[in-house]
Amino acid sequence: MSLTVDDLRVYYRTLRGDCHALDGVSFAVADGEIMGLAGESGCGKTTLGKSLIRLDGRMRYVDGSVALDGEDLPLRDDRAMNDFRFRKVSIVPQYSMSALNPIRKIGKMTSELLESRGIDATDLRPELERRLKLVGLKTDVLGMYPIELSGGMKQRVVLVISTLLDPSLLIADEITSALDVSSQRAVSKMLVEFRDRGFVKSAIMITHDLAVLYQVADTILVMYAGKLAEKAPAETIIHSPRHPYTRLLLSSLPEVGARYETTRLAGIPGRPPSLIEPPTGCRFRDRCPLASAKCAEEPPFVDVAPGHQVACWNT
Amino acid sequence: MLEHVTVLELHGVSKVYKTGTFGRGSTLAVDDVSFAVRPGEVVSLIGESGSGKSTIGRMILRLTNVTDGSIDYEGNDIALVGGRALKGYYRSVQGVFQDPFSSYNPIFKADRVFRLIRSEYFADVSATDWRQRIDASLHAVSLNPRDVLGKYPHQLSGGQLQRLLIARALLLDIKILVADEVISMLDASTRIDVLNLLGELKQRGLGILLITHDLALGNYISDSAVILRQGRVVERGTTAKVFDNPLHPYTQELLASVPRLDAKWSDETVSDLPDVASDVGVGALVEVEDDHFVASVAGASS
Repeated sequence: MSLTVDDLRVYYRTLRGDCHALDGVSFAVADGEIMGLAGESGCGKTTLGKSLIRLDGRMRYVDGSVALDGEDLPLRDDRAMNDFRFRKVSIVPQYSMSALNPIRKIGKMTSELLESRGIDATDLRPELERRLKLVGLKTDVLGMYPIELSGGMKQRVVLVISTLLDPSLLIADEITSALDVSSQRAVSKMLVEFRDRGFVKSAIMITHDLAVLYQVADTILVMYAGKLAEKAPAETIIHSPRHPYTRLLLSSLPEVGARYETTRLAGIPGRPPSLIEPPTGCRFRDRCPLASAKCAEEPPFVDVAPGHQVACWNT
Repeated sequence: MLEHVTVLELHGVSKVYKTGTFGRGSTLAVDDVSFAVRPGEVVSLIGESGSGKSTIGRMILRLTNVTDGSIDYEGNDIALVGGRALKGYYRSVQGVFQDPFSSYNPIFKADRVFRLIRSEYFADVSATDWRQRIDASLHAVSLNPRDVLGKYPHQLSGGQLQRLLIARALLLDIKILVADEVISMLDASTRIDVLNLLGELKQRGLGILLITHDLALGNYISDSAVILRQGRVVERGTTAKVFDNPLHPYTQELLASVPRLDAKWSDETVSDLPDVASDVGVGALVEVEDDHFVASVAGASS
């Protein structure tokens, strides 16, 4: 088992009280698995990704444990986590394209990064060049400034750099969201290829775009308001989802071919609840067409089939 | 095709941006683009980043000048409209943009956008009458006045703010709405509601120019589609014809790249993927069937 997360709770400190952004999530990612993490904005998916690598000043670790390859990740100890970051767990953060240092050439920036981690950059240079070629970039990019590259090229560079040390787990946060459709396909395929070649053992791909996840992910985990809603193989989530939220989310996506005149799609009425003093019971119940009295009690996240877990009383 | 019902027409519109120090360089952002928007029609302008789609929207809204060609509204070149007449133009043509949060001033209540419209255009309308118009306009975008009036922007969701902006545009008796990426910042669950709203407005006779990079959304709502690449039109026509029978290699490549829920991408490796941004040349538009125009590919016949 590559990654196991057990009852992880991470809150944000705000003036009005704690925001329960991640409120007891438990799941596992197997070796070689690309797990897609989907949900609407504010559901806690980015918080989950960030928690696995670094808690920033506003985030408060409350409870739970995370183990990677059998080793406990010391989430609450920022310094101890340094041994894991980049080597074992790596992240491609949201808006990573703009995270490249604009006044350093890509090659120089990469060697500075490696040296700051005590790694000799010249040793890794041939591997770096090999991987750049693999993703369709010329080695000339190492002598270029970020501004000289297109968005898709920058995203490929960031992905190559962040996986250079062959981490066990890569967290890819919205890596395709800011890209055009053709670059989106190239970057998504790159993630799969990196997994196939063993550059990363497993990956969590965070995005709001279920269609992209269906293309690349082995399993998909759907979150809602800081809790897990459903996890299953990608095929099952897309074609036979059990949680009402997953079903409604999928039915609101226009397919190529769906037309306003012939197939009128509908959104999900209402808004997610506030996560400062969140409601008890199922957090989706106010927007759920199947909600019943039972839903005032919190549904457990349980197996309904092998590899398929759902948190809903009405499945 | 009835010529006289055309409301907005672009004739060979081009835009050159000056670039570099002292504007010595220049970039051709939009190159010889022609299409029309009729009442009760949604035209989607689809292109990747840098294709010039937003520039076209900005030119229609007169936020930037046309370098060459002309944009005609009801037969008059909008470049020649000025002063009082310009205010009349904005009474009929309005825009809504991508980021609803940045369209509001966060220190004022969100409904200030209505007040501004009133002081600018409807100073002589009585308070009760105005209140009714706002209610009607909010009702048209499926918002409950009690939920949104008197609230600050941060208290409302992106979808609500976006619909408020559309309601604001509806207070004026608009004929054309330029919707520039209005849904790309919204969540999947609310995005379709805003699209359906555009569909309802279209049925009420509004002409809508939907600028988007998302092919699936463009296909869902629009009657005709214009595919742009590097400032040039590569393919345009009835949406069904363009999407079901894409003839230009660029359109085909774009459609093949769209992630779908009913089919997976083919299995090329990353390095095999064609670089669509640079390969294909764009020639003159040729009508291949009724209302379906395709640009000839440089060095080949289509």
